[in-house]
Amino acid sequence: MRKFKEFIIEKLILICGIASIFFVVLIFLFLLKEGLAVFNIVSPFQFLFGKSWYPISEPPQLGILPLILGSLLVTLGAAIISIPIGVGCAIYIAEVALLKIKEILKAGIALLADIPSVVLGFIGMVTLVPLVKNIFNLPTGLTALSGSIMLAFMAMPTIVSIAEDALYSVPKNYKEGAFALGATHWQTIYRVILPAASSGILAAIMLGIGRVIGETMAVMMITGNAAVMPQSILVPVRTLTATIAAEMGEAVVGGEHYFALFAIGIVLFIISFAINVTADLFLHKRQ
Amino acid sequence: MVIKFGIKDLNIWFGSTQALKHVSMEVLPNEILSVIGPSNSGKTTFLRMLNRLNDLNPGFRMSGEVIFEKENVKKIDVELLRRKIGMVFALPLPLPLSIFENVAYGVRMHGLANKKRIAEKVEDALKQGYLWDEVKDRMSESAFKLSGGQQQRLCIARTLAVEPDVILFDEPCSGLDPISTAKVEDAMVKLKEKYTIVLVTNNVKQAARVGDRTAFFLSGELIELDKTEKIFTVPQDKRTDGYIRGKFG
Repeated sequence: MRKFKEFIIEKLILICGIASIFFVVLIFLFLLKEGLAVFNIVSPFQFLFGKSWYPISEPPQLGILPLILGSLLVTLGAAIISIPIGVGCAIYIAEVALLKIKEILKAGIALLADIPSVVLGFIGMVTLVPLVKNIFNLPTGLTALSGSIMLAFMAMPTIVSIAEDALYSVPKNYKEGAFALGATHWQTIYRVILPAASSGILAAIMLGIGRVIGETMAVMMITGNAAVMPQSILVPVRTLTATIAAEMGEAVVGGEHYFALFAIGIVLFIISFAINVTADLFLHKRQ
Repeated sequence: MVIKFGIKDLNIWFGSTQALKHVSMEVLPNEILSVIGPSNSGKTTFLRMLNRLNDLNPGFRMSGEVIFEKENVKKIDVELLRRKIGMVFALPLPLPLSIFENVAYGVRMHGLANKKRIAEKVEDALKQGYLWDEVKDRMSESAFKLSGGQQQRLCIARTLAVEPDVILFDEPCSGLDPISTAKVEDAMVKLKEKYTIVLVTNNVKQAARVGDRTAFFLSGELIELDKTEKIFTVPQDKRTDGYIRGKFG
C-alpha cells in the first residue's frame, strides 16, 4: 500500500514537471504557427528591416525596424540609467551600509519591485512626462527618454537584489586578504570584490534588461507610441511589446496584421530567450 | 634594540564574550614568535589585533594598548599599518587573478606603476617565497591552478612584495601536506633575517621547530611566554606542560 502511494505521488510530480514544459512547447508552437504565416506576405528580411509599419494600409506595409529600434532605444536608455545606479546601490548595500540602513534599503528595493507597472506608467505620465517636456522644451513629453527613465525604475530591483547576492557571496576571505595587504576599502571593492562577483553582476544586469525589454504597460503609456524610425531619444517611439498590446484587439483574426503581430511575438521571444540564456551562462560561470 | 610590538593589558571583546584577558607581552625584532594554544584560546584574535584586522568584526571592543615601534597602532593610518605588517592566512587565499597579478596586486595598489619595476618586485618576492622556480614559466595562469602548498607560498610572496616589517602567519600550514609544510617552514626561518615573524599555529611541533620564543594562550589569557627550548623542556606552568604533551586541546 505504501509503495503504491509512493508510486502515485512520484507520477503526479512527474506529470507536474512535464506539464510546465508541455505548455511552453505548446505556446511556442502556436506562436510559430501563427507568426510564420506572415512570411507568406513579406520576406523575413523585409519584415525585420522594413522601415514602415502601416499594417492596415492597402497593401499593408509590415516592416518592424522602427519597432525594434524603439525597443532597443528605450532599453538602452533604461540600461544606461539603471546599471550604474543599480550596481552602485548593490555595492553600497553589500559592502558599505550599516546593518540598519541595509535592511531599510533592501526593504525599499523590494517595495519598488512590488509597484505594478501600470501604476508606475501612470505616475510617469503625470509627473515625468511634463517634466521631460519642459526641460527639453519639446512639443510632447511622451518620448523614448521618459520610457527609459521609468523602465530604469523597473529594472533596478532585479539588478540590485541579484547583484547584491553576488557581491555578498564573494568569500569574506578575499576581503580580509586584500585588507591585510593594506588595501583601502574602495581598492578592495574595486580590485577584488567586483571582479570576483563580476559574473553574478553581469547576470543581474542581463535579467534586469530582460525585464525591461518585455515590459509593456508602462512603455505603452509614456513613450508616445509613434511607429516611426526614431531619430533621437527625445521623440516618441513605439516598442515591440506596446505594438502587440495596442493592436491585437483590433487586428482581424487570421489576417495579415494578426500574423504580423504574432511574428513580433516571436522576435520578442527570441530576444528574451537570448538574454536569459546569456544571464544563465554568466550565473553558471560563477559556480 | 627596538621592541617591535609592546602589548599592555590588552582586553578584547566580541559582543559580550571576552576573547583576550589582560594580555601583556612583547614581540622582538627578527624573531619568530610562535603562539600556541587550543582553539578559542584567543591566539588568532591576538594576531589580528596586531594589524587591526579585528576592526572588521562587528561587536569588536578593546581596552589596553598595542604599540608598534613606539606608536600606538590606533594612531597609525590603518592602510599604512597593514602594509608594514603583512599577514598570511590559514587557507591559502589567492585572489581571483593570475599568478603574476596576485603578487603585483599589492605593489600596484601602493602606487607603483612602472612595469619593469613591478616585474622585478614580483620576481624578487616569488624568490623569497621559494616559489619562483616552480611558476616562472606560467605567470599568466590563474593562481587557482597552483597546488595548495604553492598557493600558500604565493600568498607569502604576495605579502613580501609590499615589503613589510612584520609578517603574521595565521596557522599557515593547517591545510598543507608535510612536504609543503616543510617548505613553508624553511621559508619562514630564512625570512626572519629580514622580518619579524609572529606565527600562530595549532601544531605544537611546528612551534618547537621554528619558533625562537613561544607563547602559550589558554581561554584568552597568556599563560606563559619564554624561549622555545624552555617552554618545551621546563615549562613553568602545569597547563603549558599539559598542552604540549597533548593532554588537552
